[in-house]
Amino acid sequence: MRLLLGSLYTFILAAVIGLGSTWVALSRNTGFGALQIGAWTARPKTGTADIDPYSRAAIARTGALPVAIGDGVAFVARADDKGRALDGRCETVISGTTPSARFFTLTLYDQDGRLVPNSLDRQGFTSEELVRNQDGSFEVTVAPRARSGNWLPTGGVERYILVMRFYDTSVGVATRAEREAPMPSIKAGACR
Amino acid sequence: MTRWLLWTLAGVILGGIVHLGTILVLPRTASQDAYARLEPITTVNTMTPIPSPTAAKALLPYMDPAFAVAVCRYDLDNGPMRLTAPVSQAYTSVTFYTRRGVAYYGINDRAAGRRTIELFLMTKPQHDAMPEDTEVTAADRLIIDSPTTTGLIVLRALSPEPGLMPMAQASVAAARCAPQTQ
Repeated sequence: MRLLLGSLYTFILAAVIGLGSTWVALSRNTGFGALQIGAWTARPKTGTADIDPYSRAAIARTGALPVAIGDGVAFVARADDKGRALDGRCETVISGTTPSARFFTLTLYDQDGRLVPNSLDRQGFTSEELVRNQDGSFEVTVAPRARSGNWLPTGGVERYILVMRFYDTSVGVATRAEREAPMPSIKAGACR
Repeated sequence: MTRWLLWTLAGVILGGIVHLGTILVLPRTASQDAYARLEPITTVNTMTPIPSPTAAKALLPYMDPAFAVAVCRYDLDNGPMRLTAPVSQAYTSVTFYTRRGVAYYGINDRAAGRRTIELFLMTKPQHDAMPEDTEVTAADRLIIDSPTTTGLIVLRALSPEPGLMPMAQASVAAARCAPQTQ
C-alpha cells in the first residue's frame, strides 16, 4: 500500500513538474544563446540548423517560420527598459539608433503573434517609412491615440510585443555586445 | 519522513526527464506547425503566393507585414528541384526550411547576385549521385543540400512602403519552383 501510494505520488509529481516546466518554458519563450541588448532579445541561432531544442519546440507549436541568418535577424521586446510589460493603453516611446542593415522593419503583435487591428491599419514601420531626426536617429510613439510624427497605434490592447527585424545585416551569431548592435531604448509614458 | 523525501526526489528527477522528453518530442507531434498550416493552400513543388497577414487573418503567426511572400512546399522524392526568382527592387530573400520549420539555409539578393536568383535544391544522396560534368554542377550555380526530403522554400520580397506592395507581389508571383529536368 505504501509502495503504491509512494509511486503514485512520485508519478503525479513528475507529471506536474515535467509538463509544467515545459509549458512555462514554451510560453515564456526561453532558449539558449540569447543576445540581450536593452529591452530587446534576439536568438540568431534560431535562424540556423543549430537552433536550440526550446526554440525548435516553440516554432513547431506556434507555426512561425524564423528569419534565417542569411536573411536577417529578429529582435523581440516584451517589456520596456525598466522591465515593465508593454501595455497598449499607455504611451511608449522607442527612440535611438539601430544596427547597420540594408532595411529594417518594426512590427507590433499581440502575445500570440497576430497583428492588432486599429483605425489606421498600420501594424509597423519599415526603415524607409520612418521620419528621422537630422542625425539619423528616430523616435516612434506607440500609443492608443494618434500622435504627431511616427505613430504606431496599439489598438488599445493590454499586452503587445514589438519585433524589429534587420535584413542584410552584420548582426548575427557572432554578435556579443551592444557596441556592435545599438538598439533603440523603450520608455513607457503616461497611461490613459 | 525520509521515505517521502526519497519519493519526492524521485519525482523531481522523473519530472526533469519528462520535461526534456516533451521538449524533444514536441516538434514531431505538433499538428499546427508552419508546414501543416501551409499544406491546404499550396500544391507540392509549385510556387504559391500567400496572402499578406492582416489583423483579421494571418496564415502564420509573426509574419512580417512589409513583405510579399510566396511558398514552395517541396518534395525531393522524385529528384532535385530548381528555383528561379526575379530580384525585386528593394530586397528579396529565399529561406529554406525543413519539414519541422528549421531554417537551414537563407540567402538574400545581394549574396545570390545577378538579377535573378537561381538555386538547385537536392538531398545529400542526390547531390553525391550527380555526375561531375552535368550542366548543373559545371556552371557556378548554387546547390543547396536539403537535410529532409520535404520542406518549405519561402521567397520574401520587401515592400519598403505600402504603395510598393503590388510590385513586391508581382515579383514573388513571377518566381518558379519545379522539378529539375535534365
